[in-house]
Amino acid sequence: MLDSLIVVRDALPYLLEGSLVTIGIVVGAMGLGLVAGVPMAMAQVYGNRALRLLVAVYVWLFRGIPVLVLLFLFYFGLFSLMGLNISAFWAATLVLGMRGMAYQSQIFRGAMQSLPQGQLKAAMALGMSELKAIRVIILPQALRLSIPGWSNEYSIVLKDSAIAFVLGTSEIMSRAHFVASRTYEQLALYITAGALFFLLTWLGVRGLRVLERKVSIPGYAQQI
Amino acid sequence: MEPSFLLDEVVPALNDGLVLSLLLIIPSACLGLAMGIIAGTLRIFGPAWSSELAKWYTTIFRGTPLVVQLFILYFGLPNLGIYLEPYLAAVIGFTLCSGAYHSEYIRGALLSIKRGQVLAAQSLGFSTWKTMLCIIIPQALRRALPGCGNELIYLIKYSSLAYIVTCIELTGEGKILASKTFRFTEVFMAVGAYYLALVSLATLGLQKLERVLAVPGFGKNPS
Amino acid sequence: MTDNTLLRVESLSKDLGGKTILNDVSLQMATGDLKVLIGPSGGGKSTLLQCINLLIFPDEGRIWLGGREVSFRKKREVLAFRQQIGMIFQDFNLFDHLNAMDNVAIALRKVKRMSRLSAEKRATEELERVGLGDKRGLYPAELSGGQKQRVSIARALAMDPVLLLLDEPTSALDPELIGEVLSVIRSLSQRNITMLMATHQVGFARTLAQEILFMEHGRIIEQGHPMTLLAKDNPVASRTMDFCTKLSEIYGESG
Repeated sequence: MLDSLIVVRDALPYLLEGSLVTIGIVVGAMGLGLVAGVPMAMAQVYGNRALRLLVAVYVWLFRGIPVLVLLFLFYFGLFSLMGLNISAFWAATLVLGMRGMAYQSQIFRGAMQSLPQGQLKAAMALGMSELKAIRVIILPQALRLSIPGWSNEYSIVLKDSAIAFVLGTSEIMSRAHFVASRTYEQLALYITAGALFFLLTWLGVRGLRVLERKVSIPGYAQQI
Repeated sequence: MEPSFLLDEVVPALNDGLVLSLLLIIPSACLGLAMGIIAGTLRIFGPAWSSELAKWYTTIFRGTPLVVQLFILYFGLPNLGIYLEPYLAAVIGFTLCSGAYHSEYIRGALLSIKRGQVLAAQSLGFSTWKTMLCIIIPQALRRALPGCGNELIYLIKYSSLAYIVTCIELTGEGKILASKTFRFTEVFMAVGAYYLALVSLATLGLQKLERVLAVPGFGKNPS
Repeated sequence: MTDNTLLRVESLSKDLGGKTILNDVSLQMATGDLKVLIGPSGGGKSTLLQCINLLIFPDEGRIWLGGREVSFRKKREVLAFRQQIGMIFQDFNLFDHLNAMDNVAIALRKVKRMSRLSAEKRATEELERVGLGDKRGLYPAELSGGQKQRVSIARALAMDPVLLLLDEPTSALDPELIGEVLSVIRSLSQRNITMLMATHQVGFARTLAQEILFMEHGRIIEQGHPMTLLAKDNPVASRTMDFCTKLSEIYGESG
């Protein structure tokens, strides 16, 4: 038992470095999901029929296919087919990001659609173009309403990042696996890896809750 | 992709994998739901110690990746002298993880049922057991259906992780075939298609179930 | 104890969360009586009613129904006892997943073990008696407050209780819906059903009750016939009188 703890203690710096990689994947994936998810949501709400169909198909594909399959498909298949030489880290980030787009666009769309639509009309009646009205009135509110959904999405993406170890990325799980295969202290190391993930989840959710409070508007969303 | 490759190699291999996938999904779904019902009910109605235990179970299994849980079960337990077969490790892992999520939905559903109905049932002479059976459970089931149904869909997708513990289901068969033929794109697109089909069928089924069980005015929020 | 004493309650006391909610409360009811509990919120009326049908177990005191003392210990006796007493709640407490008829029928089927057919027949009769026969297929979410309360009355009566307890049956209703519920309750009193009702409806109490009991801080402070207690030219200004005057100002005379 003591030996296990010693092994864990010695491996900890190495694993903690892996946390940085994990965080990198998560931040990259969520960032991509956000940046692309918002326009996707807008396309679904305000776009024409073709756009809506396109988005719907995209969402169906990326929500229906398991992460592991997507990782294999893109890393071993599509990326090399396209002649791209992408590292495991970026492949994982991209795939999780594309999947994140699918989920986050739906979170954002739900937020937008839950807003009373009269606000858009009022803005346009004041002389704003539709685009401006969306940008200035709808987006800020929808973004705030989406924060709880993001919190959920964060914890999911964080856990999914562990799957990326199959590609040989250098995140927590890969490193734990590496050390374990040399020291045979699998149980202790994987429990430690679990604890690290747990900690990262907790910190992230806490952080998002602080964000929610910071940008909150008094009395907002009570009537919804 | 030539039809011959598809038919002669891909489909047979993936069908074999599909069988194992279903053998993984169905027991895990049932056991996971059962676990969720037990844990969720204990959280609300059980004695303090069991409520606390259920809370820790839920927190740990929802707060850590399924990958880690599977690793611990298959690669870690041998350190303690416990050797699980891949299939068993996978099913146990899926059950425990899925159960934690189910328990949250069940707990939420139970909490959403107005307490006054319990008083009314008691005043009519219903025993505790009958109250649970006739009044609480029918309502809790309907409230929990969207969440639990969603979790079932997740299980179908995450069953692909059985590959990690060397349980060769759909994904595993795909990997083997692709590595053999170097036709990764085609094979994994087929694998993706299989999962899409499973997920879509399940989604349709759940939507139908929700419609069948629907009661006018009995929505997500208590009136 | 006279022959037609239906309910006898002696020295009920109950502490909840460190506070004394009921303090040595006793009362009696004869068959066919309609007695009204009046008093400020928090006075213990609701707790008293829920102690009488043992939804809440009193810390001290004894209860007799129809001459037999009720044991608090034996579970089966408690359940059987509850079947004999009907309760109407302020918040209706209809079963949300069942339509009106099933709400009335379910206890008949599951507790009294009647067949589905006879239970539904009886349920339809009771619903018709409260004027909701044509609404029996509707779900609680589709009914107005007054209709929900009438369904809950039908549900309680279908069990053929010897005593009906009503816990502020109209307090959660919009003013225009109070009348329909009160008229159902009036018809019950005309059928000689024994009722103990907590309410703010002073006018109703004045016209129909045999006795008014004023409860405050867990005790029955005053009790008597409405004529005496609420008499306008009563030389002794009664506590009940004070309270009821305030109520009449707020709610207006109705009933």
